This record gives sequence, C-alpha cells and structure tokens, in this order.
Amino acid sequence: MDVAETYSDGRRLLVERPAVGLLGVALLYLFVDLMLRLANVPVELMGVEVIGGTLAVSTFGRFLLDGLIVGLVVGLAGVGLSMTYSILNFANFAHGDYVTTGAFSGWIAAYLVGAFTLGVEEPIGRLLMIQAPSLVSAFSSPLAIVVGIILAGLGAVLTALFLDRIVYRPMRDKGGIPLLIASIGVALALRYAIVFIFGTGSRGVTATGSIPEVAIPTGDGTIPMNLHEGTLIVAAVVLMFGIHFLLQRTKLGKAMRAMADNKDLAQVTGIPTERVIRATWIIGGALAGIAGFLIVLERGTLSFNIGWRLLLLIFAGVILGGIGSVYGAMAGGIVIGIASRVSLVWIPSDFARVAAFSVMILVLLYRPEGLFGGVKTA
Amino acid sequence: MSVAQRAWGAVPDSVKESDRQLIAGVLLFTYLLYILAQTFLAIANNAAILPAVANSLQNITFLIAVYAIMALALNLHWGYTGLFNIGIAGFMAVGVYSMSILAAPATGSPPGLGLPIPVAVVGAVAITALVGGIAALPALQLDADYLAIVTVGFSEIIRLVLNASYFAGTVQDPEASGYNVVDIFGIQFGTGGGQGINTPTSSPADFLYSTTSLGDLLYGPSGDPNALGSAVYAAAESVGVNSSVVNGATYSFFLLLVVVTLYYVLLVRIGNSPFGRVLKAIREDELVAQSLGKDTRWFKVKVFMVGCALMGLGGILWQGSFGFVNPNTFRPIVTFYIFTALIVGGAGSNTGSVIGGAVFAAFLFEGPRQLARIVEVLVTSVFGSLPSPTTFYAAVVSLNPLAWLGYTIDNVSTLKFVFLGAVLVYLMQNRSDGLLGHRKEIAASIDLSDRTPRKRESAAADGGESDE
Repeated sequence: MDVAETYSDGRRLLVERPAVGLLGVALLYLFVDLMLRLANVPVELMGVEVIGGTLAVSTFGRFLLDGLIVGLVVGLAGVGLSMTYSILNFANFAHGDYVTTGAFSGWIAAYLVGAFTLGVEEPIGRLLMIQAPSLVSAFSSPLAIVVGIILAGLGAVLTALFLDRIVYRPMRDKGGIPLLIASIGVALALRYAIVFIFGTGSRGVTATGSIPEVAIPTGDGTIPMNLHEGTLIVAAVVLMFGIHFLLQRTKLGKAMRAMADNKDLAQVTGIPTERVIRATWIIGGALAGIAGFLIVLERGTLSFNIGWRLLLLIFAGVILGGIGSVYGAMAGGIVIGIASRVSLVWIPSDFARVAAFSVMILVLLYRPEGLFGGVKTA
Repeated sequence: MSVAQRAWGAVPDSVKESDRQLIAGVLLFTYLLYILAQTFLAIANNAAILPAVANSLQNITFLIAVYAIMALALNLHWGYTGLFNIGIAGFMAVGVYSMSILAAPATGSPPGLGLPIPVAVVGAVAITALVGGIAALPALQLDADYLAIVTVGFSEIIRLVLNASYFAGTVQDPEASGYNVVDIFGIQFGTGGGQGINTPTSSPADFLYSTTSLGDLLYGPSGDPNALGSAVYAAAESVGVNSSVVNGATYSFFLLLVVVTLYYVLLVRIGNSPFGRVLKAIREDELVAQSLGKDTRWFKVKVFMVGCALMGLGGILWQGSFGFVNPNTFRPIVTFYIFTALIVGGAGSNTGSVIGGAVFAAFLFEGPRQLARIVEVLVTSVFGSLPSPTTFYAAVVSLNPLAWLGYTIDNVSTLKFVFLGAVLVYLMQNRSDGLLGHRKEIAASIDLSDRTPRKRESAAADGGESDE
C-alpha cells in the first residue's frame, strides 16, 4: 500500500508539476554522467560527446573532501541559524557575523597561547591584533588550537547574548520582517566594528609549512589531506554528536522543540521561554563561533568578511534541511557544501557559489519545507 | 530627542502638510548645512570658497537624487505591495550591464551590439523588467522572509555570473585557450568579467553641452563643447569653477529635478490607479484581496516587473554615469543602503522616500565624513596636531584621548557602517514607520479614518493626511 501510494504520488507530481519531473531527469542525467566519467567512458553521438568523459577518481575524491569540509562548517554554523529561525521566528542576517566574531576571538586566544608555548618573541600588541604572521598550527601547538576553539565559542556566545539583550529582546513581539531588518543592522554594525578594530586586511594565521599530511590512495592517484582538515572534520563531527545528545536526552531539547512548535502554548505549560531563548543563543552562537575558527584553521587566512561570505551558504543549508530541524541544518549544510564542490565536475570554478545558491532557490521553490522538513527532530 | 521634537514642532503645519514644501524645506536645510560646512573647511584650508562649495553641492545633490530615485523604486515593491525585495543591487546590475553591452561597439573589448545609446537604455530597462519577471514568477509564492533570501541569492548569482571570466569577452581569438566571447546566433558580446565594463559615457552632461549633431545624440558626444557649453563653461571658469564640476552639477540637478519628479509622479499615478489600490490591498491582507476576486499573483508579477524596470533605470542613471563599472559595485550592501534610505523616510510614503533618500545621503552616508573633517580642523587648530595611531591597539594603550579621536577620525568611513547599523536597529525598535511612515499610502481610495467633511482638492499628493 505504501509503495502504491508513493507511486501514485509520484505520478500526480509529474502531471501537476512538470518542472519537478524535469529537475528529476536533469539530476538523473548528471548522476549517470558522473558515473560514466568516473569509469572513463565517453559516449559520443555523431562526433559530439553527449554524456560521460574522463574524470580521475582522485580529483573527484578531492572535490568530495573539499565539499565535506565546507559542508561541515556550513552545517555547524547552520544549527544556530535554524534554531533561532524556528524559535524566534526570524531570519537572522547577523549570524554570519557571529561566525566572524568567533573566528577573531578564537584566533586571538590561539595566538596568545601559541606564542607562549612556542616561546615566540612578539610584542603583545601584535599578538592581540593578530598581526604576527602565520604563527600557529595544530602540529606545533595543539593546545593553542584547543584553547582557540573554546574561546571562539565563548566570544561568539557573549556577543550573541549581548546583542540579544540590547537588540532582539525589546522586539520579541514584533514580526519577522522588523526583526530581519534589525538583524541586517546588527550584521553591519558588528562586521564594521570588527573592521574598526582589526582593519580590512586579510591575514595569514596558520603556520602552513610544517603540517603533516596523509595521502589517501584511490587507485589512480591520491587524495591529500592535512592535519588541519582532519582537525576540522573531527571537531565538527564531535560537536554535531554532542548537540544530538544535548537535544535528545535533556529537557532543554524538548523545551526547544515545544517552543518552536507553539510559543504561547509552551509558555502556558510553564516552560521558561526566556531561558530557552538564552540557551538557543548560547548553543547557536557557540557552534557559529567554532565553525568560524575551524574554517580559518583550514583555509589559513582570516578576514572580516568570512562569515558574511558564508551566510548565504548557511541559509542555503538551513533551508535545504528544513527550517527548525537541527539535523536538517547539519545534513543540508553538508549537501550544500558537497554540491558546490562536486558541481566543479561540470562547470568552471567561478560558478561554484552560483551552483550552491541555485540549489537553495530550487529547494525553496519546489520544496519550501526542506528535504527533511516535517520531521522536526530537534 | 526632545530638541528635535521641539524643532519639528516649530515647523509650520502648512509646510508639513504640503509635500512639495516639505521636500524643498529638507533640501534647503541640507544645502545650508553643507554650504556652511564647506565654507568653514575652505577657509580653514585656505582654499577658494566658491569652487569647494560648488563641488560639494553637486556631489551631495547627486547622492540625494540617486538614493531618492532608488528609494522610490523600492517603495513600489516594499512600501506599496509589501514585497520584501533585497536583490536591488542585482537588478541594478542587470540594467547597467545590459545598457553597456547593448551600446558597446562591436569591435570593442569586450564586444557589444553597437546600438545607439537611447535604444540601449530602453532595451536595458526592458531586459531588467524581463529578468525581474523571471525572478518573480516562482519567487512570489513564498513568504516575505523566504522572498528576501531568494532575492538576495538571485542578486548574488547575477553578480557572480558577471564577475566570472567565462563570459568576459576579453579573449576574442576563437582559437585561443581562454576564448570567452558569448556568441548567440552570431551576435557576439561579453561582460568584461572581473575587470568591469565601460559604460557609454562618463559625463552625461555632455549630451547637453557638447552635442552638435544627431550622431552625437545617438552615440555619445565626443569633442568640443557646443555654443551653450562654451558659454556655460566660460561663465563658470570666471568664478573659478572648472568644467567637470559644471558637468556634474548639471547632471545632478537633472536627476533631482527631472528624474526624481518623474518617478514621484509615476508612483503617485500608479498608487492612485485601480491597479495601485490592489497592490496596497495585497500589502494589507493578501487573502482579502484574493477573496475579492483579484488574481494577486499576477498583480505581484506585474508590479515586480515595473519596480525592477525602475531599479534598472535608476542603476543606469547612477552607476552607469561614471564611464565604468565592475561587478563589485553591486554587492548586497548597496541594497541595504537603499533599504535604509526608504526605512528612514518611511516605507509606503512617496514623499518619505524622497526625504529618506536625502536624509540618508546627506547625513548618514556623507555626513560622518564631513563631520570628521570639521572635527579634525577644529581639534588641530586647538591642540596643534592630531596623532593618528596605526592600529587600534596602539591607540588604546597610548591612553591619550587625542589619539583615540585621531584613530576614530582616520577610520570614520568604517565607523559610518556601525552607525548605519545602529540607526537601522534604533528605527526598527522605536520608529519602524520612519520619518513619514504615518502618512503611508492608504489602500482605500479615500481615507476612511478621516472624519472631517471632505474639501475639494485638499488631499495632498501623498494620499493620506491623517496626521495624529
């Protein structure tokens, strides 16, 4: 019965919304094409290559790894955006700048600890302004990285709580649009407050020369992966599981789900809504800040607009996963990350972000509740 | 605030009621402030007063005019219909790039279609409307905040595509490896990629001052000034104002007096038409409008196209007037500038849009820089010199308030954005109606809350007069 229902659903979908069918055909074509390319089978019709081609497995593997790295960061940062979206009912355009704030506070801490443990002679001013070039790596000073991750989370949490207190809390009863516009104001103010202190220049922060690297064999080559990429993946996965347990096993998670569902009802049943909102900012802010620290660790450069540049990707991931769903945000982020990198198989690298945004728009148009929508897991 | 309120209370009611007088009053006030500030700066710097004032006024007039134009265009979307479009920069980019490509000579780099400039402008506006329609068709079934995300994503897609070297048209040898000219049925063109593209003219006032033949009018004047031009330039030269300031001033005042007026009249006409009343009904309650038999989706698509066309034209008149643009001009921050201008003025009111554009351009956008210059002059004259620390840390640890001030003044262009953000938050918290939002265009053809006996011709051009 289930199968028959699905089948008739599918047929109705095709008849009522032919665009969805077309999209399915296009996706199928891309999938077959990818498989043929990986198998090195070009299919030609009248001298024109219609499908398939050649693609080294190692190249594809590297695309996947890059996509996973971006995706984990986007997913991690997306958890907070998704939670505030469902609990406070507005799209927080300042979330990207929480990522930046976390990155800066984390790297100041990492620089201080790193300079201390490595015994580097640098004036404190240059450390506090993150001006000493390329100082820290996970190999030479792992302690600095750990402290950096913690302080990144802390910095973003404090910023988020402070901004909630002065900006969003007086506006709790306003609609989503005034809050959205206010969050654009917060984004501008926060980003340029960072510029005011640190300047617009992009700075190299990680010691790139001496990081160990492993090569994953793929048959026709190897996929290089360095320690910083490994650190990012491990840290992100651990945090995601941590959030899972926090939200599944504690009363807080249940209270959050209740609030996302119906705020008034939650309040009537005695859930301390303001405390839940504070917890939301703490979790979301911490994950955003840590995501910022990790992406800088992997890329090696820190600048004032990393978070803003990630913001639309984060939105894309959250929407893809379904607003309000924490697992959706994680999974959506990973899908967006991988989609933006794997798209390089077919299109020039100039268009990687275009591909990610297009996926977001398509999802909003054809499945606004998101791929995992409807199942509000947490 | 109370001082401002008292000052506002001192303004005669007749001025507040009449939109023309209100706008003229705000402009006059702005000009007076700028004239005073520039005179002071010129005297302090031992520069000639008249040229400095003239240059500053033409600059501020240009900014006021373009922000008023864009705020009016946005008012059609956000103020009238309630469509939260934050992709304005993208639609401006479509307008400017379409015009540049249509007008660029076929032999140029990147190549274009070589059409006459007026044809290119009309074509570009039509293309922008079309692109707006394509964006609107699917996007308008979404809620406001989703529409916001889709439109900002769309504008970023446009910018990234224009920025890509793939369509740049700079490598024109078909055999070369980086060949990137777009070729559709033999019509070749390119976007210029990250290097940007030339727009047809860098000095639009030349159309008035240098046109001597029909060809000049069609393809942009080149060469010596005509009789009018020589007379005006000579007159300006005699008081020390050079011809580029004359050109700038002419174009700025054309924008302010002609284009802003045209936009304003067009919007008032749209607002008072049956079409406009449906738009406002959509803003108030889309479900009610639907249940009254209006196909709201179709209305929204149409208004989206009209608004995008106005944004495209605004983009052409603004960013298309410098002779050159690149994709970085159309970052989302431009959209937020325009939104701030509209919100300051009051979404929904046309007069508010113009005043918002003026207030934003003169005080939020350009004001901090001028203020910093004045403060710098004052402090330098009192304390001799102002230290300028290189980093924030150096400024803080110096424990010298003068160094703090010096650092702040050096970075006032950054601080401007913090201020801008704070203004947005403040307005959203305390006065989400903006300056004139309480006079927003009402949905009914007559003001239902107005119980006074109706006099003929008493309604202000803005539509509403319920001023509690």
